[in-house]
Amino acid sequence: MEIKVLGPGCANCFKMEELAKTAVKELGVEATVIKITDIGEIAMNGILSTPGLIVNGKIKHSGKPLPSLETVKEMIKGEE
Amino acid sequence: MLKDFAHYVVYSLFGMEQGRLAGAAEFFIYDTIKIFFLLSVIIFIVSIIRSYFPPEKTKRILSHKREFIGNILAALLGIVTPFCSCSAVPLFIGFIEAGVPLGVTFSFLISSPMVNEVAVVLLWGLFGWKIALIYMGTGLLVAVVAGMIIGRLKLEKWVEEYVYNIKSLGAAVDIAKQTFKDRLLYARENTTEILKKVWIYVFVAIGIGGFIHGYVPEDFLVKYAGPQNPFGVPIAVALGVPLYSNAAGVIPIVYALMEKGMSMGTVLAFMMAVTALSLPEMIILRKVLKVKLLVVFVSIMTVTIIGVGYLFNAIL
Repeated sequence: MEIKVLGPGCANCFKMEELAKTAVKELGVEATVIKITDIGEIAMNGILSTPGLIVNGKIKHSGKPLPSLETVKEMIKGEE
Repeated sequence: MLKDFAHYVVYSLFGMEQGRLAGAAEFFIYDTIKIFFLLSVIIFIVSIIRSYFPPEKTKRILSHKREFIGNILAALLGIVTPFCSCSAVPLFIGFIEAGVPLGVTFSFLISSPMVNEVAVVLLWGLFGWKIALIYMGTGLLVAVVAGMIIGRLKLEKWVEEYVYNIKSLGAAVDIAKQTFKDRLLYARENTTEILKKVWIYVFVAIGIGGFIHGYVPEDFLVKYAGPQNPFGVPIAVALGVPLYSNAAGVIPIVYALMEKGMSMGTVLAFMMAVTALSLPEMIILRKVLKVKLLVVFVSIMTVTIIGVGYLFNAIL
């Protein structure tokens, strides 16, 4: 599974990355978490407000406020 | 009722003697409660409205919209669409890629930081609802006019080429539908977050108000920046352009200037220049706009804001 965290480097973007990694670890799924910081690439992925979360090519979250850890787990589980 | 409460706290609870200090304390308590109440209620309501307009939806609404209607919609959506300057670039690219005209995109980018619920509530609480409405109305006017001028000038060539080459990967959007309860939770969280950011400015504004009310002569600024000085507006705008602050941060200064005799139009123009134009935002936008377009943007905004300042000095 491929999980993309998209954000240029704001505080919330780091939190989102942490959330994604923690969720992956706690669920014990096989997944790579990729951080995308290039603004052109963020836009290309269809994210207009950061941070964004894409699981297996599907936009699961965009913008503030951040989802809870439970919600992120649900998002990842849904794509297994 | 609130006035009675402030009166009770000052004279009965604290047992203060009638006088200047007690008057100031009463004013401080009354104003603080009033403004925080307004802020909490209005931000909460706006947050709920906001949850219905994520940028992705705004982009769809504005895509291929005609001039004028598009600019008006963009300026209005700028009020409610959540947006922070750190997302200005992906937002800009996303809008252009979705076929939102350049001028319409600018109307959105201009209105978003300048006209928002925090600015309107603070102006309402400190100066009355008329001033708040005037600020909101003229802010939208500036966003529409400046966006239309940029659209007419056909400046698409001064947007960095790579912006046009970005093709969306067409990722499927699979964001869970929000229930009304989700929206309420979001609104609560958003309200707390904004209050945490602005409370200090509100206290400073009210404190300054009380302090300079008593100690700085009333007409201190009239000589320099009153309605009689024809250069008051351009000077205020020229000072405001490089300064940067959000609407809450500029409020204490605005309050002080107004108290000391700077005319209404000049103060509003100053506030718009501070919130709408800033060096950090220009640096961020430089990633998608060529320097020429940035210069044109800043110039058009400066002239439009000065125009608004004169207009209000003339009619108020």
